[in-house]
Amino acid sequence: MNATRNDRSIAGDATHADDYAAVVARLVEDMGGEQTVLLPMLHALQEEFGYIDDLMVPAVASALNLSRADVHGVVTFYHDFRRRPLGRHRVRLCRAESCQARGAAAVERTATERLGLRMGETSPDGRVTLDAVYCLGLCATGPNAMIDDVPVSRIDPATLDRLLGDLMR
Amino acid sequence: MTRVYVSQDMAAVALGADAVAEALANAGADVVRTGSRGLFRLEPLVEVEMPEGRVGFGPVAAADAALVLDGSHPARLGDVAAVPFFARQQRFTFVRCGVIDPLSLDDYEAHGGWRGLAAARAMPPQAAIDAVKASGLRGRGGAGFPTGIKWQTVHDAPGSTKYVVCNADEGDSGTFADRLLMEGDPFCLIEGMAIAGHAVGAERGYIYIRSEYPFAIRTMREAIARAASIVAPFVLEVRVGAGAYVCGEETAMLDSIEGKRGEVRAKPPLPAIAGLFGRPTVINNVLSLAAVPFILSKGGEAYAAIGFGRSRGTMPVQLAGNVRNGGLFETGFGITLGELVMDIGGGTESGRPVKAVQVGGPLGAYFPPSMFDLPFDYEAFAAAGGLIGHAGITVFDDTVDMAHMARFAMEFCAHESCGKCTPCRIGSTRGVELIDRLIAGEDRAADAVERLPQMRNIARGTRPAEEEIELLRDLCDTMKFGSLCALGGFTPYPVLSALDHFPQDFGAAAAPISSAAAE
Repeated sequence: MNATRNDRSIAGDATHADDYAAVVARLVEDMGGEQTVLLPMLHALQEEFGYIDDLMVPAVASALNLSRADVHGVVTFYHDFRRRPLGRHRVRLCRAESCQARGAAAVERTATERLGLRMGETSPDGRVTLDAVYCLGLCATGPNAMIDDVPVSRIDPATLDRLLGDLMR
Repeated sequence: MTRVYVSQDMAAVALGADAVAEALANAGADVVRTGSRGLFRLEPLVEVEMPEGRVGFGPVAAADAALVLDGSHPARLGDVAAVPFFARQQRFTFVRCGVIDPLSLDDYEAHGGWRGLAAARAMPPQAAIDAVKASGLRGRGGAGFPTGIKWQTVHDAPGSTKYVVCNADEGDSGTFADRLLMEGDPFCLIEGMAIAGHAVGAERGYIYIRSEYPFAIRTMREAIARAASIVAPFVLEVRVGAGAYVCGEETAMLDSIEGKRGEVRAKPPLPAIAGLFGRPTVINNVLSLAAVPFILSKGGEAYAAIGFGRSRGTMPVQLAGNVRNGGLFETGFGITLGELVMDIGGGTESGRPVKAVQVGGPLGAYFPPSMFDLPFDYEAFAAAGGLIGHAGITVFDDTVDMAHMARFAMEFCAHESCGKCTPCRIGSTRGVELIDRLIAGEDRAADAVERLPQMRNIARGTRPAEEEIELLRDLCDTMKFGSLCALGGFTPYPVLSALDHFPQDFGAAAAPISSAAAE
């Protein structure tokens, strides 16, 4: 499911602003054209294209009767909205206190070494993105991760190594 | 066909519950997916319907399906409710969680659901508010403001359009009660919100859930669709956050729902007077709203009958971090911190001594074991220089470096600050730099600006660690009293408590200053 989304996101690179406007128009029909739907609309666009292309901003602004600065301000305020596509797989490691108390730092070290990436980076071949997340709400069984859409608890460096091996294959 | 119950809670799934459920289904069992009972050491937990009742087994692996179904699995627990961790609890809010199919309206009704809403709708709105006032319920999100008084303010505010907003942006590390409830008993939250709507005269409600909780989002949306005709004309909608911790602050949340950057608003006006879209708005935490159906069906007095001082009713405490029996423990206020961590939590999972516990998430204070006699009570925690917050307790063993945790608190504040007020936006970054220098043990040399001849009122020499600590305390003071909201205002709690209780981790310079400044 993740793979299809990202295949589309690669196609999305070549999509013209007109196509974004068409998708935005469809979303307005569905959600309405008030400012209050801005976050749901950005989530929907990101779900469809994998990221928020700068070319989407004018389309969204005009559909919701906002300035481009308003929309840009919202896109850049929220950590979830990305302005570049992700890798085909996404590994998110929890960095919050409860996971720290259970050894998250060692897991993070393993991930950065194994993938050769810093937190927040995507591998040059576009295969995997490594990200931090601040709490998944699984705080009694950490260290925790989300690998694509699957939550995984009680990760230690060895299990992470195996999970990353599966992704890289 | 044998009926078995397996949790589909995100925590259980993260421990392999889906594979267990699949194996049981393949072995011919009729699998019902529930929420989690809340003791994660037992997950994946399987309960099997047997002649003597539901018999629990846990933790169970997928390969164990046959042993579970014939009852011979060694991890047999018997009646799960009789396991000491559960038997010691007083579950008012979480009574159905882990027991029922979360999306079954029949199950919900059979276990006492909708009685609170029926009772509320049979009485005038003011009577429903009076019941909540009588319960003594205080905001479970952390501020502890009396819920009934908030409702009264919205009820009395002029205007025909009002809103109910549920704060489900549970971003604090060490807390998961909101998630557990939304995944395990979503109708309970819906019922609580519908009661609030009736009480204050609102016909529309929003549940703002953080994007890190995909399971809760899915379950709540489905539950809202199924319960729509029951709560009508009250209408509910889920709004999904976008990774901004500060949107857990109520006014930032309102801006986010309105489609803006999640920046904190100055108060007044209170949201109860001018909230969402400028209309009177009730904003309550998931746990506050989920406590309401009990209060309306059993009466405010029944809820207020247990508790401690001005903290009435139960608190769903969350034991997290390096703790053996991590999970959800709902109990009356007044239990001590030590009982929670040592007796119920069983100490650290690593088996090493407890060094510190952080209560109330990233903005809560760190307490050493010498303070374990503190009773769980809003006022007692405030007096001890901390807060209950959302009642998450994160346990750390003796390998933790508290200077590093203090730095993390500042770093987190810098990462999540909305940028609207200066003490939080700038102070958090200066705080990281200060603590970095303390950790490195470097004296700070005066910079080029400080050496200018016109800078007469500042020290121009090298700043030793003692003065750096004084400066850190001063910075914390500015953040605490100068920030617009709890993010900047409460970040000093973990920093100062780490400094006060664990000065040895900040280098030799910290010890004498901290005892002098403790006053």
